[in-house]
Amino acid sequence: MDYLTVLQILDSTVRLATPLLLTCLAGLFSERAGIVDIGLEGKLLVAAFMSGAVAYVTGSIWLGLLAGVAASLVFSMIHGLASITFQGDQLISGVALNFLAAGLTVVIGQSWFALGGRTPPLSGNGRFGEWTLPFSDAWSKIPVFGPTYSELISGHTALTYIALIAVPLSWWVLYRTRFGLRLRAVGENPSAVDTAGISVVRLRYMALIIAGVLCGLAGTYLASLAAGFVKDMSAGRGYIALAALIFAKWRPWYALSATLIFGFLEAVGNRYQSISIGDFVIPVQFMQALPYILTVVILAGFIGKAIPPRAGGTPYVKER
Amino acid sequence: MVSTTHEGRQTPAAPIAPSTAPLAIELRGISKAFGPVQANKDICISVRKGTIHGIIGENGAGKSTLMSILYGFYKADSGTVLINGKEVQITDSQAAIAAGIGMVFQHFKLVENFSVLENVVLGAEDGGLLMPSLGKARKLLKQLSDEYELSVDPDALIEDLSVGHQQRVEILKALYRQADILILDEPTGVLTPAEADHLFRILEGLKAQGKTIILITHKLREIMNVTDSVSVMRRGEMTATVSTADTSPEQLAELMVGRKVLLEVDKTPATPGAPILEVEKLTVVDSHGVTRVKGVDLTVRAGEILGIAGVAGNGQTELLEVLGGYQTGTGVIRVNGQELDLTGKASDGQSRRARGIAHVPEDRHDEGLILNFAAWENIVFGYHHDPEYQKNAWIMDNAKIKKIAHEKMERFDTRPLNEKLEAKSFSGGNQQKIVLAREIERNPDLLLIGQPTRGVDIGAIEFIHQQIVALRDQGKAILLVSVELDEIMALSDRIAVMFDGNIMGERLPSETNEQELGMLMAGINNGADATLSEGA
Repeated sequence: MDYLTVLQILDSTVRLATPLLLTCLAGLFSERAGIVDIGLEGKLLVAAFMSGAVAYVTGSIWLGLLAGVAASLVFSMIHGLASITFQGDQLISGVALNFLAAGLTVVIGQSWFALGGRTPPLSGNGRFGEWTLPFSDAWSKIPVFGPTYSELISGHTALTYIALIAVPLSWWVLYRTRFGLRLRAVGENPSAVDTAGISVVRLRYMALIIAGVLCGLAGTYLASLAAGFVKDMSAGRGYIALAALIFAKWRPWYALSATLIFGFLEAVGNRYQSISIGDFVIPVQFMQALPYILTVVILAGFIGKAIPPRAGGTPYVKER
Repeated sequence: MVSTTHEGRQTPAAPIAPSTAPLAIELRGISKAFGPVQANKDICISVRKGTIHGIIGENGAGKSTLMSILYGFYKADSGTVLINGKEVQITDSQAAIAAGIGMVFQHFKLVENFSVLENVVLGAEDGGLLMPSLGKARKLLKQLSDEYELSVDPDALIEDLSVGHQQRVEILKALYRQADILILDEPTGVLTPAEADHLFRILEGLKAQGKTIILITHKLREIMNVTDSVSVMRRGEMTATVSTADTSPEQLAELMVGRKVLLEVDKTPATPGAPILEVEKLTVVDSHGVTRVKGVDLTVRAGEILGIAGVAGNGQTELLEVLGGYQTGTGVIRVNGQELDLTGKASDGQSRRARGIAHVPEDRHDEGLILNFAAWENIVFGYHHDPEYQKNAWIMDNAKIKKIAHEKMERFDTRPLNEKLEAKSFSGGNQQKIVLAREIERNPDLLLIGQPTRGVDIGAIEFIHQQIVALRDQGKAILLVSVELDEIMALSDRIAVMFDGNIMGERLPSETNEQELGMLMAGINNGADATLSEGA
């Protein structure tokens, strides 16, 4: 395996980790505020569909992005209405949204484009262009650093860079701002926030808005990467992001590492369709199942003890 | 239970606020109904600035509702609130804080995995960024803790602090928001005696600085010790407001309950018989590998109450757990002369009950009851295998259980007398009566009873104490564990004090006093043990 192959795998790791990272951060904001967000998957899917559809019709992925974020926000607000305002069960609301997304995207897609639920392929400005960072060419001849810079660091779409910047930004917001303190507090002990004279409901809606925007970005990224929307294209990434969130112990920097691990497994699975060890050939299905296997392992609790936000999953009701 | 001695009464450190001091709080005609329940009925209170005002009443008398109105949690149906002579509309907690009101809730409103500093600034930050607020809070906290004996480590996480320290954080939170009026709801319910004394010193200090304090409690001794004036509430109404100096615990108790209450437990001297419970060299190591009980020896005879005093966490809980059959230990325990298994299958609660041991656990919410189950179900738990409750080999006789439950609840004066209600809908005192009815009605030889009156109102305390004494008079052995020294003194025929897993000493209630027991509770023994003199 030469250095270039390694770089290519890592490059594809970053590519595949991007939507996971954005979704994971979305989950981080809502769960840190005490809203369990199993509906990440559904938000990804509606965002991918709406962005794919609008990008095709308008020919601009940026308009598609707006539509994707808007669709994801609508789902986020439905989740908020059910679980914050009406104090319903957050799991049920999330699962319902996932089903709604899976059905709605295909039905509407079929009615608009009559392509069996998919959108027509995106091309040109209908997809995100790759950003070539400055000096990419000039430096590419420098040994080791050159190829690393031009292959791995340069040449991603805007959303990848946004996702990477979102990590320190999320950390800063959570741990260095008043909003972050209150957000974390509301996920741990909402009554402490309430008695301090701050609205629990408002804070939780704010968290869901952030989650909605981030999921919208992730969904649009998927549509752009695959050059169009395909039925069920999120392929469980919402759930994988949730697993990564647990793995990351609900912290932004850990979320980056966790999603990179998942991205790496997916990249390896894509590149090495079959690996032979002696006479035994590892089947391609196994390689592609790697991220999902890791998900199961994490969810089964093999990765140490992860303490979720204490008020997670419970609607806040003022006590007597 | 409640001591009538006034030895503990302190002369206020600060000059008593003259009766001409301006009013800090004035409530006029506050009423509040929850559905058909009138929680507050035309309440009027006025509290002078720089005083400590007690509000006393049984559970459910409406004290907490009234304070929640003052703190903006509920909106009163009618009535006005005046702070420093000016009428204010307290629409939410923010408005209450702005009016200079701080509240320390019974269940602390702290974020467990935040630092002290973060908890203090939460909701009172100076700007969008956190660091300047935290820096300012750190300085102010230092200043406040020096001034009022409120020292806490600003960087400690709440979950690592003792309950007493957590409470200080709550007080600091209020002071940080520049509260002039501090409301404390049942502040000593979770504190050790030493912590409670410390709290009262803090309150005296705050009072000396001109702060006004409202102390909600149902402990008469606290009212007598620290307040300047006291209001009594009963069934949503304010029955009296008196100056503390002009009243007595007996009078307050009568005002609270609406009838005369016996504060001293009425009991004859014990006539101890044969040893029922004998414990030798009992050692308990908990799941963290910490030795909680260190070779304890004790004996409880038929017809006597052995009271175990001590600050919470000195091994009493583990002692009860081993005896009750849900903790393992080493050593020898004999009941009626026969040895009990301390490990293995025959050491569980079921086997203990079969040997005539009944157990009223310290924590009735976690161990005594299943709160979401009905009272009639709770009244048979642990004894539900009893043939009496079965219809045949497969089916329980629920109708019969309900009937028996109803009778037991009636005998124990449980209110409301409705066996179909969930256990959580009963007040603390009535929950305890359900547990007692279950355990005592089985006619055990030995009753283990932990914190029998924690969170129980005064009328129920009287009843529970009478039941315990009645059981003793039937010739049963009773092992009582309580952190309330008053209760230990009032009920016990013999007192053993536990400290750090050891029995520090044994005393007869008639030959000791609170000071001596307090020394033993702190691990200092310089007297003769009662067992020596009694052994003859």
